[in-house]
Amino acid sequence: MRLVPLVAGLLFGAGMLVSGMADPHKVLAFLDVTRAWDPSLAFVMAAALAIALPAFAYARRHPRTLIGAQPIVLPPRSPLTPQLLVGATLFGIGWGLSGLCPGPVLVVASGGSLGAIVFVLAMAIGMRLASRCAPRRASKRAPQASDGDAACG
Amino acid sequence: MMGMTTDSVIHALIGGVLIGAAVSVLLLGSGRIAGISGLFGSLVTGRATPVALWFIVGLLAAPWLASFAGFWTRPDFLADPVWPKLVFAGLLVGIGTNIGTGCTSGHGICGIANLSPRSLTATLIFMGVAALVVALGFGGLA
Repeated sequence: MRLVPLVAGLLFGAGMLVSGMADPHKVLAFLDVTRAWDPSLAFVMAAALAIALPAFAYARRHPRTLIGAQPIVLPPRSPLTPQLLVGATLFGIGWGLSGLCPGPVLVVASGGSLGAIVFVLAMAIGMRLASRCAPRRASKRAPQASDGDAACG
Repeated sequence: MMGMTTDSVIHALIGGVLIGAAVSVLLLGSGRIAGISGLFGSLVTGRATPVALWFIVGLLAAPWLASFAGFWTRPDFLADPVWPKLVFAGLLVGIGTNIGTGCTSGHGICGIANLSPRSLTATLIFMGVAALVVALGFGGLA
């Protein structure tokens, strides 16, 4: 069912364009709470949550997809970890410096902005670096040290 | 609140509904969380799935469809940026979303919609830190 994720991606991209999230100046104005604060983007989150909350409530009770009855994979409830706090902080710094986060910048890069394309490349390098240095969290602490560990000194 | 207009709020609400619909379609149709850093990250770190691939294809097609339909002029919001700062911010976003397992969509929309305390915490941190960076005068690539 490649149509489902394709349609979801299109809807998501359209949401980025319509909402104003694609414009980093708009995002920075949303983050600029102490000066010329533009709270419009809070309404993006509010509207998205209003739709997504019931969908997730449904998914928690019916762990099968509506199409094809595939399993719905919800992240397990795990405690707060140092990685979460450090990662969120680093992301917050990058987001504040640029006004760019992964969804909007991919859309703008696809539209042909050289700045956005370079940002996406840097972001991809950052993801690769981090995933090599922090050996897969998902792989339930594999006993052997991967060569990725050595690469990070 | 000088930047907010009735138009910008209406656009924000319509855009938010589209994003909420996208998240719900991927969740209930494909059984996956629409976190962009996770889906895109799986493509660049060699753990791609067909769902992630087709979602990103749709995301990248959106500006082209919108521009063919005449709704979008593909403006370059990042003309003449400070390149070292842009690259530094990109690296931080990549590293941070990978270590912190999510971004604005994965934690801020999906995680909070799933009533996850972890995601609420992450969202408060990255929004607070980003607002602090902007308040200190470091926001912007121009």
